[in-house]
Formats: sequence, structure tokens, C-alpha cells
Amino acid sequence: MRHYSSDISIVFGGGAGQGIQTIALTLVNVLKRSGCHVFACTEFMSRVRGGSNSTQVRITGKKRHAYVNRIDFLFALNADAIEHLKTRIAPTTMVFADKNQVESADPGHLVDTPITAFARQAGNPIYSSTAAVAVALGLLGIPQGGLDNYLREIFADKGESVVADNIEAARLGYAFGRETALREEIEVEIAVEPEKNRPKELLLDGTAAVGIGAVAAGCTFISSYPMSPGTGVLTFLAQRSHEFSIVVDQAEDEIAAINTALGASYAGARAIVTTSGGGFALMEEGISLAGMTEVPLVVHLGQRPGPATGMPTRTEQGDLSLVLHAGHGEFPRVILAPGTFAEAILLTQRAFQLADRYQLTVFVLTDQFFLDSAGTVPESAVRKEPIERHIVETDEEYMRYRFTPDGLSPRGVPGYGKGIVKCDSHEHDETGHLTENFETRRRMVEKRLRRINTLAEESLMPELVGGSADAPNIVVAWGSNRGVLEESLDTLQRADLAGLHFSQLYPINPSVAALLKGKIVTVLENNASGQFADLLHRELAVSTAHRILKWTGEPFSVEEVVEALREI
Amino acid sequence: MKTPSPAKPNPFDMPNKEMGWCPGCGNYKLLDALKGALIELGIDRRNLVVVSGIGQGAKTPQYLNTNMFNGLHGRSLPAALGIRLSNRNLTVIAESGDGCMYGEGGNHFLHAIRRNCDMTLIVHDNMIYGLTKGQASPTSLPGMKTPVQIDGVMLEPFNPLAVSLALNAPFVARASAGDEEETKEIIKQAISFRGFAVVDVFQPCVVFNRLNTYQWFRENTYYLPGDYDPADRMQAFAKAVETEKLPLGVIFREEGRPVYEDLLGIGNTPLRSQEFREEAFEKMIAEYR
Repeated sequence: MRHYSSDISIVFGGGAGQGIQTIALTLVNVLKRSGCHVFACTEFMSRVRGGSNSTQVRITGKKRHAYVNRIDFLFALNADAIEHLKTRIAPTTMVFADKNQVESADPGHLVDTPITAFARQAGNPIYSSTAAVAVALGLLGIPQGGLDNYLREIFADKGESVVADNIEAARLGYAFGRETALREEIEVEIAVEPEKNRPKELLLDGTAAVGIGAVAAGCTFISSYPMSPGTGVLTFLAQRSHEFSIVVDQAEDEIAAINTALGASYAGARAIVTTSGGGFALMEEGISLAGMTEVPLVVHLGQRPGPATGMPTRTEQGDLSLVLHAGHGEFPRVILAPGTFAEAILLTQRAFQLADRYQLTVFVLTDQFFLDSAGTVPESAVRKEPIERHIVETDEEYMRYRFTPDGLSPRGVPGYGKGIVKCDSHEHDETGHLTENFETRRRMVEKRLRRINTLAEESLMPELVGGSADAPNIVVAWGSNRGVLEESLDTLQRADLAGLHFSQLYPINPSVAALLKGKIVTVLENNASGQFADLLHRELAVSTAHRILKWTGEPFSVEEVVEALREI
Repeated sequence: MKTPSPAKPNPFDMPNKEMGWCPGCGNYKLLDALKGALIELGIDRRNLVVVSGIGQGAKTPQYLNTNMFNGLHGRSLPAALGIRLSNRNLTVIAESGDGCMYGEGGNHFLHAIRRNCDMTLIVHDNMIYGLTKGQASPTSLPGMKTPVQIDGVMLEPFNPLAVSLALNAPFVARASAGDEEETKEIIKQAISFRGFAVVDVFQPCVVFNRLNTYQWFRENTYYLPGDYDPADRMQAFAKAVETEKLPLGVIFREEGRPVYEDLLGIGNTPLRSQEFREEAFEKMIAEYR
């Protein structure tokens, strides 16, 4: 008897182009509609075809946002998948594969699963993905009707025969899944809310969450150069550009991208650039230009392991120091790092608001793991904030860099009002003309930096994600590590341990010092040195007792964080 | 150095501005030609943005009473693109030197031509790096000795006209700053042209370039004759690669090419005034249910 209660990990492994993404997407959609909590994440090689990739789909009793090492059911589409995932194949793992396709591999508990044969029998080997999803649903004992409905929807424009053939492939796969479940005595217990009690939920991935946030913020302009994993946000806004009249320019390079965005913002657009570490490194002089000219800008940086080309399709939190120090000279900035999809929607809006209100660059720092993972979000958590507009109509006497008590000069744009708007990368006077006057220089630097105090006071406080604030041990995580910390603490259930998640990394709210005072602080980061731990020390003189770090290019698994926390 | 007649005050003048250019610099004549063109075209200074990079030529908008985006070295064209796409009611002129445009910003130069936005590019081409004190520029002639190129310039000069034509720029011209009136007329045509207009302007650097002087440009250039047909692209290529004597005037001009703003479907409402589409937003969210 194999009993699975409220937490099942299904992994699909295969080469690029074999359809594992389609399988996972279909399964996740059907599970979500059946009322399950689902979470999916993907790891893949930097190739267009072939290689060995995998997608994990988790079905959980509670809403989860983390990767687990454990595999309950592995669907291997080729022999390489078994080789690639062998360290994760345990005696308890059931491997579903076509025996002919995985001959050379030794997968342990193999269930010969003729997915391609089912597809062929239904009319075309192309229906293999549908058959695979159906096998999984059969194993789980989730009714086939949800899949049939989904297939009707997505293949509606392909004609009735395609729909019928897919449903036939599903029937064959599902029957096989049920038979296998009976034969292998698989018993699955998934807590599903009755339909009428279920909150309305959305199925999102990290990229869509950032994209929705940008749209909600009234973003009207994106100029970017494709680079994994940041490209998705460019694609998202391009796909939505007609509905929302967003101007999309694919730049010739990242230097062009940021300078174009700054030109657009100078002229009144709400502009964003999206990139990854290497592309951002090229943008750095532009960040400095934004600092000097006080032109609002939002930068989305999807991190991947560096230095240089690093591992293009893998994940890391290695670019915090980069964005913190990017650009020559001294000027303020804000760094946000969402931990959930709902937070990504809200924080991306906040990024635009802060950029406009404080006339500076705001970073939204994500990573490959976050952007390429998918899960459900209660619709009630998706909030659209009112759009604040800070552009003023200029008069004859208008001066772009007028000295004011808070250091913020009313922002005029060219062609709106009677005034002239001069914007200069040189040190400048109030009119925006270059100057070498030392006193003006002193005052202008001070003017630009003054807003950092207000920004620190308004900075988002970290959120308790497990345990009680009285606990002597505080585990700190930021950005995409929220889910893994939350779940690990939930697993451990230790009264002496609490988790704190930072979604704003800079500036840090001065009140954070009190939260961490007298605590034994552990920082969990997906990098090799502990960049946020160093920042906490620099900003608040908080010393970190333990650093739990990982820099292999993979996200933390719940198991390894649980293990690491046991040592504390 | 020429100053406009006080009888005809030009709204683009900045009379009290301290100038950063050397006496006798070709930039003064180019600035006057530009101001003349702007006033004669009746351009409202509030709806004009002059975008520049860094260098001596790039200081031009500092001396014009109009909107200015004086950005980074080499990056005037990307900034100009962003401005133009955000508000197509603005007249946009990008202005910088040969080093800024053909060296540091070379990639942007290529791709700005490919985009064909309706804007004007004026390059102050003095064949030398002035602000950094006399090193070779992309257009320096081979053999010229400089403090860095001690054995003389070895690289093939960048040919902005031939490159523009190769990328099918719809308007390609060359002027000579010493000839203020002719330069003004060429700039007027360029600004009035609908599409990306490239104007390379010979502009003597009187301090660091002792080879390409006012006199050298007079002796080594000629104006295209009145019967020259600028619509002929192959003939324009032939003109662009002439080296014996360098042709001046509008070398190529093709009307009616679609501009990037139109292809992108950008309307007359500036992006800053765009209304948020609540309904479309609700519809989008519903797609993720």
C-alpha cells in the first residue's frame, strides 16, 4: 500500500521540445480547477532542443511556494531524464516510462507506461502530452472530466476531431492510471474544498505576476534586450501591448534599452526595462544617468548565476550587491524583491509609484526560480492600486531642478506647459544647465540624497513567515526564498525558531533593528557569500550568526533548509 | 565667431550663457545655422527637444533656449527614440560629435537608421576628439599623427554617408559648417523631412585638428550641382564613396517611407496622458482564472 497524504511531488523529465512544459501546464490547470493547491517549478538547460529538463508539480494540502527534492511519481520521457534525476530517485519513487525508451537506464521501481502508444491509438503521437497528464490524473484519482473540459477549451479552434482525439488519448491514459493505482495499491488523499467554498483563484507564474503589476501600474513603455530569465516580462508586455497601448521597443543592446527608457520617462512615459545580471551590467551607466537627472525608472532584474554568462537558465540571488552599488557616483535607489506572486503584482506597482514620486530608479529583483514557477493566487490578493501621477504643467519660469525643502523638484516634461525642461547628465544648476560651481554641486548632491531618509521610513517592514516574534532564533530570507523558509518552519514546528521575510531590501526600515535586537540571526540566501547578511550588517549593525547559502544554480529544496535549520 | 543680429532676436538664443567652445570653433557656425533653420521653419521651442551625448558638439543644446536631454556619451539616439515614441508631437533633433555618434554610439547609429523614426540627426564631424584633447576619431584621415596615434592614424575612416545608404536611410546629407547659409538650408530640409534624416556636418576643430581646417574643407569639398537627382540611391552611393573631393548637399532623399511611430501604431496622445484601461485589465485577470 502506497499512501500519499496532502503532499505529492510529480516530476516530468525529458529533453527540450518533448513537451514537458505543456504536460505540466495542462496538469496544473486541471488540478487548479479541481480545487487543489498546486505549485510548479522548472529547471532546464540552455538549449532549444534536447538536453535534459524537468518540471515539478506539487499538489499540497496548504498553499506552498517551494521546491522539494523528493519525487513521488516521475514521468520520464527519455533515458536521459532518469540519468539526470537519479540522485532524486528514491526507493519510494515510482517511475513511469515507456520501457522501450528507457532501456539503458535503471530506474528502480519502473511502471511500463506506453504513453506514445496511447497517443498513436488515439490518432497521432502528438497527443502524448495529453495521455501523460491523464495517466497522472488517473493515479491521483482526480476525475477525468476536468481534463476533457480543458482540452475542449484549448483545442476549440483546432476543430472537433482534434478535440475528440485528445479526449480519446486522455481516456486511454486515464484508464491506465486508474488500473495502475489499483494494482500498485496507490491511495491518494488530497484535501479539496467543495466548489462553493473555494475562493476564486488565479493561476500565475512569476513572470506574469511582474507583468500584471507593470500593467496595473499604468506602465506605457518598455525597451529591452532579450536575456534569460528577464525576457518573459518583455514578452508579456509585448503580448499585451495592443490592449493597453504599451510602446514596446526591442533595443539593439542593453545600453540602448536603458537610455531609450530614460528618454521615454523624461518625456512623461512610465517606463520599465527588464534584463538579467549581464545585461544589467551594461546598463549601469544609465542607472547613474537616472540618478543624476532624477528621471524615474523601473528596472526588473531576473537573476541567474554569474559571473559573465554563468548558467543562463539556472537560478541564483547573486546580484543584490550589483544593484545596490550599480552606477558611479552617489545617488538614492530602492530595491524590492517579491516572495509571492501576489506580492510581485503589488510590489511592481509600488516600484512605479516610488519611482515617480521620488524621481529615482526602483529595482524589482527576482530570479529564474521565481519567474519560471507557477501556482495559485487568491483573486482577492490581486490588488490594483490607484495610479498616482506626479507630472506638473510647466510655467514660463519653470526650472527642472528647483531647490525645495524635501529635495524633490516638481517634474515637468517637454511639450506640457509654457516652460522649458532641461535635463543634464552633467552636474547642473536649477535650470538644468551644466555647472562647475562648487556650492551648486554641494547642494545638488545633498538634494538628490535627501529623499533616502523618507524612503527608509516608508520602507516595507519584513513579514513574519513562521514562528513567533519572541523566538530567540530569527531566520531571515528575501525575495524568492519566502516559500521555502515558510514551509521549512512549518515542517519543523520549533518554538525557538521564527522566520522573517524581506520584500524590500533597500533602504531598510530603521525599525528593523529593534526586531532583530538580541536575536540569533540566520540568513538564508541563494548565493555564495551572504550579500543580504552583509547589507544588514552595514545598514543596521546586525551580525549574522549563521548563513545558509547555496550557489549550485538550483533553488533551495525544503528538505535541505529543514536539515540546515536543525543544526541551529 | 558670429552673433545673430540684435535687430532679429531669436527665441532660441541664450544671450547670457557662458560658452564652452574655443574661439573660432566650427560649432558656433553650426549653432547659428541650426537656430536660423529653427526660426525659419517656425518651430515652437516648447515642442522641440534637442538630445545630445557628450563632447564639444554635444554641448549644443546647452546654448539653445529649448527642451534638452543632454545624456551620456554615445547615447543620444536611444534617448531621442524614447522621447519621440512617448510624444510624437515633439520635434526631436539628436546632435553630437563624430566620436559620440560613430564611435561610442555606433551601434545605436546603425539601428536608429533601421527604425526610421521621424527625427533629425546632426553630427558635428570634426574628424578629431576635441574634448579629450586631440586623439583620432572614427572619421580621422589615415596618416594624421596625434598624441596617441604617434605613427599616424592606421584605421580606415568611418564613412557615415555610405553606411547610412547601406542601411537605406531615407535622407542622407552632408554640410560644411563654414558655409552657414548652405548648412542652414540643408538642416531645414532635414528637419522638415518625414523620417530619419542624417546630416553629417564638417566642423573644423581649430585647436586639435591642424589638418582639416576651414581652408582644407573649402579646398576639398564641392556642392552637388542643381541637376543632381537625390532619389537615385546607386548614384548616391557613388557620391558617398568619393574621396578626391567630398560632395556636399542632400545626397539621398526618398519620400514616403513608413516611419516607426506609425508602424507601432502610436497615436497623438502623449503616453503621459494615456488613460488606464480598467476593463481590459479586468479581462486580463479573468484569463488567469
